[in-house]
Amino acid sequence: MTHVLELDSVDGGYGHAQVLHGIDLTVEEGHVAVVLGANGAGKTTTLRAICGVIRVRGGDIRFEGKSLVGKSPEEVSRLGIAHVPQGRGTFSELTVDENMRIGAINRKDKEVASDLERWYAAFPRLGERRKQEAGSMSGGEQQMLALARAMMARPRLLLLDEPSLGLAPLVTRELFAHLGDLNKEDGLSILVVEQNANLALDIGHWGYVLEAGRIAVQNTAHKLHDDEAVRKAYLGF
Amino acid sequence: MQLFVEQVLNGIANGVVYGSVALALVLIFRTTGVLNFAQGEMALFATFISWKLTQQGLPVVGAIAISMAIAFVSGAVIERVLIRPVESARSPLNVVIVTLGLFLALNSLVQLIFGTDPQFMPSAFPSGGIELFTSNGRTATLQKGTLGLVLVLIAECLVLWFMLNRTKLGLKLRAVAANPQSARLHGIKAGSMLMLGWALSAAIGALAGSLVAAQRTGFDSNLMQTVLVYALAAAALGGFDSLWGAVICGIIVGVADALTIQYIDPLNGIEVVLPLALILVVLVVSPHGLFGKRTVERV
Repeated sequence: MTHVLELDSVDGGYGHAQVLHGIDLTVEEGHVAVVLGANGAGKTTTLRAICGVIRVRGGDIRFEGKSLVGKSPEEVSRLGIAHVPQGRGTFSELTVDENMRIGAINRKDKEVASDLERWYAAFPRLGERRKQEAGSMSGGEQQMLALARAMMARPRLLLLDEPSLGLAPLVTRELFAHLGDLNKEDGLSILVVEQNANLALDIGHWGYVLEAGRIAVQNTAHKLHDDEAVRKAYLGF
Repeated sequence: MQLFVEQVLNGIANGVVYGSVALALVLIFRTTGVLNFAQGEMALFATFISWKLTQQGLPVVGAIAISMAIAFVSGAVIERVLIRPVESARSPLNVVIVTLGLFLALNSLVQLIFGTDPQFMPSAFPSGGIELFTSNGRTATLQKGTLGLVLVLIAECLVLWFMLNRTKLGLKLRAVAANPQSARLHGIKAGSMLMLGWALSAAIGALAGSLVAAQRTGFDSNLMQTVLVYALAAAALGGFDSLWGAVICGIIVGVADALTIQYIDPLNGIEVVLPLALILVVLVVSPHGLFGKRTVERV
């Protein structure tokens, strides 16, 4: 099994506040890794450290064996990591179609048009609204757009930051079904940060529970899901 | 009738100028989200460079081209050195204050370097007019210079529209304007795009300034100050995000201004009230302007 992503005792934070304390985390190729934890545990910060939005202060982050430390978000994106941030990163004033093309903006191959059709077929709502301003769509549609736009880059690793935030339960389930399909059918490696532990662990292979910037527990997604003690202590269901 | 047509043509001639400065304002706004109050003075500086080059014996078109190139580079440098360090999501006013400071600094710098005497800028267009019609023994003529300005402005608009809406570069520029953080996560170098936005609009301003100066019998460091007010009115009327809106509304403002001077006596001498009134009416009645997109945002 090869590691797509490895975090090796990563420290990081904002200003004087250190948020991450020696995070060790790996994403295996073709697997879905799930990071769970309460608000403020450092989930989002972990993703920000990976994609270069904040500076890593200690430890190393490697993508396909190459260190990401010190790289800008632009560079990390070009290496093949797509990031769906909290808030979905919608380009509100631009049309759905333009949003999708931004996903593929750094691709040089000739298959962008056929990929567009592929994702419009997978997300018919987006296809219907391709000429519409992206900001005028519902939260769920914008989350689908964020996912489809990320896929337009043909990433080898997908990072998702609380994709269920603000979505209706039904839409959330649909979203995770899509994520599961992407992983199973395309073999896409995914690192997803979630508070909705149930759904995320269902599609996940390996799970981490973050607490106060440290990995408190880790296990297969299946075992985490069924572990009564972990559920009571950290996941709250 | 002849008088009316003459005034409308005068208005168009001025309006085209307002339109081209409004175009630069709108371009910076669309690509960086900043309202650049120093736009007029940046253009003024470039205009003096054009003028200086013609004084050195360069042909007008060549002088303007060089001045545009200098403005392009300076625009990028201004973004990088003055604007970016003060930019912060928390207080967008920082940038506005810097552009106001730049306005004052550039104006003083022009006076310091080039003096305060009025200068004469040669025209890039042939002189003379095209006779349109005669009524009551008086002839209405369209100045070739006005026609030239209109054509240049239309060409500018076409090029910019194509660049913004039909090229990858334009999409990157608009992506950064719409959501810089997200653009970076998609591998777009936000910094370079912001610099490019400023560079392009500075170059457009240089062209506008140089052409405006040639329309006047003489120009000095006050050239762009009223022009900026009218251009802001045009941009506001056009909705701030539409290139065509800026141009068309520039002409509307110019014509309205010319007719006000001619036909509304009490406003004679204080006709600058008109653009300010227009800005006010637009903001109250229809904040997205005549051509602007209505933005709907859902959370």
